[in-house]
Amino acid sequence: MFRSKIAVIGLVVAAAALAVGPARQARSGQDVTLLNVSYDPTRELYSAINDLFTEAYKAKTGVNVTVEQSHGGSSKQARAVIDGLQADVVTLGVGSDILAIEKAGLIKPGWQDRFPDNASPYTSTVAFLVRKGNPKHIKDWKDLLRSDVQVIVANPKTSGAARWSFLALWGATAGAKTYDLSTPEGLAASIAAGKAAKDFPAYKNAAALAAVTELYKHVPVLDTGSRGATVTFAQKGIGDVLLNWENELYLAQDEFGGDKFDIVYPSTSILGEPPVAIVDSVVDKKKTRAVAQAYLDFLYSKAAQDVIGQWHYRPRDIETLKKYSAELPPLKLFTVDETFGGWARAQKTFFADGGIFDQIYKPTN
Amino acid sequence: MGRATPVIPGFSLTLGYTLFYLSLFVLIPLAGLVFKTTQLTWGEFWHTITDPVVVAAFRLTFGASALAALINGICGLMVAWVLVREPFPGRKLFDALIDFPFALPTAVAGIAFSTLYIGSGWIGGFGDHLVSGTNWVAARLGHPDFIPSGALSFLDFPLSNTNAGIVVVLIFVGLPFVVRTVQPVLQEWDLEQEQAAESLGANGWTTFRRVIFPEIFPAWLSGMTLAFARAIGEYGSVIFIASNIPGKSQIVPLQIVTKLDEFQYSEATAIGVVLLFASLLILLAINGIEVWARRREQVA
Repeated sequence: MFRSKIAVIGLVVAAAALAVGPARQARSGQDVTLLNVSYDPTRELYSAINDLFTEAYKAKTGVNVTVEQSHGGSSKQARAVIDGLQADVVTLGVGSDILAIEKAGLIKPGWQDRFPDNASPYTSTVAFLVRKGNPKHIKDWKDLLRSDVQVIVANPKTSGAARWSFLALWGATAGAKTYDLSTPEGLAASIAAGKAAKDFPAYKNAAALAAVTELYKHVPVLDTGSRGATVTFAQKGIGDVLLNWENELYLAQDEFGGDKFDIVYPSTSILGEPPVAIVDSVVDKKKTRAVAQAYLDFLYSKAAQDVIGQWHYRPRDIETLKKYSAELPPLKLFTVDETFGGWARAQKTFFADGGIFDQIYKPTN
Repeated sequence: MGRATPVIPGFSLTLGYTLFYLSLFVLIPLAGLVFKTTQLTWGEFWHTITDPVVVAAFRLTFGASALAALINGICGLMVAWVLVREPFPGRKLFDALIDFPFALPTAVAGIAFSTLYIGSGWIGGFGDHLVSGTNWVAARLGHPDFIPSGALSFLDFPLSNTNAGIVVVLIFVGLPFVVRTVQPVLQEWDLEQEQAAESLGANGWTTFRRVIFPEIFPAWLSGMTLAFARAIGEYGSVIFIASNIPGKSQIVPLQIVTKLDEFQYSEATAIGVVLLFASLLILLAINGIEVWARRREQVA
């Protein structure tokens, strides 16, 4: 008994030493360590990009960069940074989570203009995953509201993907204006419209409110994260359709076999823009701003854009997007900026305490 | 003062150490919790904890925990009894297995249980599996469709994503407490008392009820209390098996995590403080019953 206790203590000490070890070596001479705090599905994407960046940066400057990654639910990750996790950069699922870090004073306002394309180096959208052969004939948003269809989607209070899904259904039902973002003209028009938009009639759309209220009546399990929702649908076999990030649907197909599921694109959906930002207070303290800037700039390079396409995210670079158009077909998408006036406003109306989502689930007793 | 000579010398040292230790690991974190909550006004505090979704979560957490503790109380007592009094092959192994829920990460337990209890799982679809298995064998023997499909569906227990499933995992995490508190008392138990009761004409049930049970009652009650307290705070296993629908199947710890994800720290701690004080009151009440029972026993 006593001996086993010593063994356990030994293991714990060894594990702690391993965990602390790499952190201690940071910035000795020409070595720099960056911490990228990201959301759940990007684990594989960033580990591929980080290798490329390390190589490219070493060739250019001679500095050895190690990029460490941390992944988890988008809001939980933002909270960790607010609570003192020393992230040099954040690459999160929803703009509202970076806004929360800004509000805590760690990121300076205006971060969305410091990198191109709303500070989102890639985009994604919300689509459907159905059982092979689409037995319930789920083609578009209105099919999700049929009484014989069970929908799997995560809780928008805790999951970024679920927040995008909620807005996608709302905007599509409200008839938000869409663009083909695979063309330069469509892209330019959508950005201009987003900047020019003044009032947002979508918020007052009664049909959209009715649609989301109805949708959540068909949700048998409300997982806390997007990966959990995928597991509930794909592994536990619950529900007829999964509502999630496009990239997550492809991952589910890769993981559980393409012969089990089909991806269905609705007629219109939302342009999902997961944003990136430098955490000003951390890079100023660690003196890593130049590397952090180079790292996020690198996400827009051809090499990184190609990796982004490989992992089923939609590259911003139109040529690269075209290269992957067989898997990522051109879609009619609407933007949060034009339809909802940005994330701060959408978050407050829909998902804040007492917001529309809370109203939907108000117990009637 | 006629205080007995202490076994371990250095009273002030040990007292100081105890206080330091308690402060570091219990009092300071709790004070921090209460302090954070004071950033809310009374109105906000009241609004947070009386939100119907939060109230429903309290009802579910306390209800499911109490039910699980009661079931553990009955079944755990039987397990302890069998392990102490009925020698059977493999008893040592079973005895060791009792501690399993202590060691297993609860998330692993949650995933295992939710997979077992889904409609197509081993237990969730037990009747259906039994039918298809029997029919498979029967078909080999030339009797296809020996049992009509669905005939044994009353043996299906699809508890995943139901509140009954929550109780199942809470029973799992609480099982060792009752067994491990009752077991030593039963082991120390003097068989002569039972023989005396028997010689005075008491039957088995009366002996158990009047002689044995009062003896193990305090330990049994504290075992149940521990199981109950453990269940209230359980998060990892429950979120995997619950359907987590607000107002219906969200436990209090999930409410707290949800508030944190909305960056509402004070609201999250407010719910935590209520959970804490409610648990404290319940524990004190049960402690009171225990003390009363011990005293009654000494008088009797």
